[in-house]
Parts: sequence; C-alpha cells; structure tokens
Amino acid sequence: MKEQHRRAWGLGIALVAMAAALLVLGAGIGSTGFENLLAVGDDPVALQIVRDIRLPRTLGAWLAGALLGLAGAVAQGLFRNPLADPYLLGSASGASLGVALALSLFGLSPASTQWVVRLGLTGAAFLGAVMAVLLTLLLARGVQQTLRLLLAGVIVGVVLGAAKDLLTIASADILQAIQGFMLGSTGLVGWGACAVMGGLGAVCLLLGWALAPVLDGLALGEATAASLGLPLGAMRAALVAVLALATGAAVAQTGLIAFVGLAAPHLVRSVVKTTHARLIVLSTAMGGLLLMAADLLARWMIAPQELPVGVLTAVLGGSYLLWLMHRRSARGGR
Amino acid sequence: MTGQAALEARGVTATLGLAEVLHGIDLSLAAGRWTSIVGPNGAGKSTLLKVLAGLLAHGGEVRLHGQSLAALPGRLRAQRLSWLGQGVAGEGSADDLMVYDVAMLGRLPHQRWLAAPSDADRTAVERALRSTQAWDWRERPLGQLSGGERQRVLLARALAVEAELLLMDEPLANLDPPHQADWMRAVRALVADGKTVVSVLHELNAALAADAVVVMAAGRVTHHGACGDAATHRAIEAVFEHRVAFHHVAGQWLAVPH
Repeated sequence: MKEQHRRAWGLGIALVAMAAALLVLGAGIGSTGFENLLAVGDDPVALQIVRDIRLPRTLGAWLAGALLGLAGAVAQGLFRNPLADPYLLGSASGASLGVALALSLFGLSPASTQWVVRLGLTGAAFLGAVMAVLLTLLLARGVQQTLRLLLAGVIVGVVLGAAKDLLTIASADILQAIQGFMLGSTGLVGWGACAVMGGLGAVCLLLGWALAPVLDGLALGEATAASLGLPLGAMRAALVAVLALATGAAVAQTGLIAFVGLAAPHLVRSVVKTTHARLIVLSTAMGGLLLMAADLLARWMIAPQELPVGVLTAVLGGSYLLWLMHRRSARGGR
Repeated sequence: MTGQAALEARGVTATLGLAEVLHGIDLSLAAGRWTSIVGPNGAGKSTLLKVLAGLLAHGGEVRLHGQSLAALPGRLRAQRLSWLGQGVAGEGSADDLMVYDVAMLGRLPHQRWLAAPSDADRTAVERALRSTQAWDWRERPLGQLSGGERQRVLLARALAVEAELLLMDEPLANLDPPHQADWMRAVRALVADGKTVVSVLHELNAALAADAVVVMAAGRVTHHGACGDAATHRAIEAVFEHRVAFHHVAGQWLAVPH
C-alpha cells in the first residue's frame, strides 16, 4: 500500500500547487496580455480589475471544474462505467431548457451583469438541471436499477434538448444567448458565484467522500455490495443527490462545459490506482486544475478576443480520450 | 441430516422477471458442515444461494440459526453470512482497485463507517489473502490479474469477512487444478473450525468431496443426502439425464460423464 499511498499524496500536493500557480497567473492575464501583478498595487483601476474580475473568474473556473471532476468520479462509480459523465442524468439539457425558458419568458440577456438578471438565469439553469434529474428518477422509478436510470437519463436528455430547440426556434432572438450557454464560459463568474459553488462543492465533496466505500463495494457488483450489508437504496439516492447538486451548481454558473467531468477521473486513475474515497478527492482537484488551465488558455490564445472555454475543453478532452483509447488498444485491448 | 441447522428454507419461492424459478423449496443445512448444491443449468442453484444469503426478494422464509433472516439488520447479516458471487467481478469496473483494498472490503460489515482498519481487520485480510496465495499481489490492481488470479482475490474477500457461514457460487471457476485443491483444503479447514460452507458447483467431483449434496432440477430440490449414498448418486444421475456414472477410486467418489 505504501507506494500507491505516496503517489496519491504526491498527486494531491502537485494538483494543489499547480492550481495555486495558475491562480496567480490567471490574475495577471487580461485582454492586453500578461500584466505584472506587483505593479497593480499602485493603480486602483488595475487593482479593481484583478480583484473583482480576474481573481473570482479564475477561482470560479477552478471551482466549476472541481464540481465537474467530483461529479464525474461519482457518476463513473455509481454507473460502473468509465464513460459515464456528470450530465448523464439529463442535467445538461435540463439546465439549457431552464435558461431558454427564462430567456424567452423574461427576455433576459446573459451578458447583463445586473445581479437580478444573473440570479434569474443561474437559478433557472440550476432548477432546470435538478428538475431534469428528478424527472429521470421518476421515469426510472427510483435509483434501484442502474441501467434503467441510464436509459431514462438519455431519454430525458433528448426530450428536454428537443424542447429547448423548439423554444429557441420559436423566439430566435435568444439563439445567440443560448448558444453562449451551451458552449460554456467562465467570463461572468463573480465572488457571489464562487461562494455558492464553494459552499455546495464542500458539501458535495464531504458527502461523496463519506459515501465512497459504497462505490468500492458496487465495483464488485450489485449483489456483492448488498452482501456486505450496505443499505444500497439510501446510499445510492444520496450519491445521485451529490451528482445532481454538483453538476447543477457548475452548469448554472458556467454553462455546459464538456469533458472535464469525464476526463478528470481518468487522468487521476492513470497516475494512481486507489479507492473511491481518494479518487473522489483527487478527481475534484484534477477537474479544478483542468478547467482553470483551459480558462487561461481560452483567454490567452487569441487575446484580446476570447475562446469559449467549453469549446477548448471539448477539443482537448476529446483528443485526450482518443489518445487514451489508442494507448489501450496498443496495449492489447485492456 | 444430523446436527443443528445453520440455514433453513421453508416454502421458498422466487421469481426472476415474471417467471417463477424456485417453487417452494424446503431445505435444512447442517451447521459446521460443507454442503454442495448441484444440478443442470437453469435449475435455480444460484438463485437459491442468493435467497439463502438474503440478497433476493422471495416468498416463504429463510432462517439463520432459527432466526428469520429477513428480520436481521443488513450489517448483522453481513457479519454472519458471507456470499461469493459468480463470474468476473463488476465486468471490469473493479479493475482499478488494489487487491488489498478489495480484500479489505470484506471487513466492511465489521468496521465503523469511515473508521480506519483495525489491527483485527488487517490480520483477517492478510490471513485471507495468504490462504488463497494472493498476498504477493496485494499492491497490484485487480485489472492486471488473470481470471483465475482474480477469483482467488475475490475468494479472499469472502474469507476476510470471517463469517460463520460462507455461501459460494461457482468458487472454482477459472481456477487451475492445484488451486482447486487449495480451495478444498481451505474449505475443510473452515469446517474443522466450526464454520458452515455451502457451495454451488458445476464440477461434480469437487461437489462429491463435500459432506452432503443438495440436488436440484427445474427450481426444486430433488434430493438432499450424503455424498457416498447410492440414493444421492441416483438422484444426480436422474437430473443429468443418466449421462454420468459414479466410480469409487482411491477412497473418493468420481462422477464421469458419458
């Protein structure tokens, strides 16, 4: 156990250190390129930009990524499927439908920084995500059967996605706003959003970590987990709640960000083989680092323009998974 | 059967999907003995074992030392009754778990939630892994092991529970002959230690090494008797369409298919 123990700690420390370094870097990268943070002290406007825009945004990217990494690790354990991602239970489509509804009903603009508007959109996305998961649970008649849950999630995703498309076509002026949400962005994350994600993230992480032995048991099969005396029904419901809450919180603040939740647990597992308790914690840190790095790249690559971070994570995450597949098949199918 | 009953089934029925696969099973399994369950494919052996382990909703009643199994809290049941399922664990979802961590899962029923493993837990895990010759791989992930090696780890997981009753479904699957012999030795040691072992076995010769055999066909128990009894042999011949013959060789009963 010693070697994996050491690796897990090493990875954890490395992830935190890199995130801290990127946070400092992120505070310095703006639309005019990299600025010296030390010079900011003399300029009140620059200080305000760093304090009120860049810092919360960079930290927010870490938090949203962390929530997705956490949700991904839980989803993959819960569904016993390495391809499971946080949006599996329909939360992504639910959140987009929520945003589309809010936009078409109230004509809100996602670019608006007015807090009532932001709160309305964020709330709609969160509500949509949670309602979609509840609908999935209803269709699957509870959490007992994983396969039924998976299928119900796919169905809810497709149907709500279609409803969102219908709404978008009916009121074409929200098309661009919806598109922005679907691509994901960390541009509008402020301190309030950071506080919400941080608070929910802490609760989800604690719960996920406490329920991790169930995921270890489930890895050996449903019946074996039950034979160990685990109250599977209640614990699975709690894990679905963690999954829905973490995904909903991230999606509501940053829109749909692809691949972070899928790739983070894989990246952790490629370094260290460990129980779900550690996997969940490390995957949280890994997800945070991934999205933070992607956010920095998105801001820096075509500055002063900015890439939607979701596009970047999709391209990077997709390439990573392709490489992973290639490496696995090169090793002889395992 | 002599001796006190460790497990009793009374009028047990079970359904998979819409079909009833167990039709009113009455069975009494003696404590401190090794009982094998044999029968053709689809006879309901695995289903019966799951019912006996308290893992499947069923009609009728199962009693553990006279106590209703259904009324027993899950954790207490798991401490007293260890179950080993059939097939490769989790179809790959357990590949990233370390052998040691897998065996330690067997201690879950004894541990306080989230508490670190105690010395007793570590001792039990080491003993279990050593008894299946899996101790040397303790720091390897399950995904790097062959089918037979995995089976030995899963067996160790079931042994690590240190339950008074062990229910095993096809424990010899994927094991090579020397490790099959090791398994039988381990079972004999458990029984000598006062434990009760129930195993579903396709390998008739291994099944005949037990103290008693339960013969099943089409969801019913057709016979329950000692391994050496002519009546037991006749019952086994009957459920296998009279295509096995019994020979007594070197003090042991052998079933030869023909």
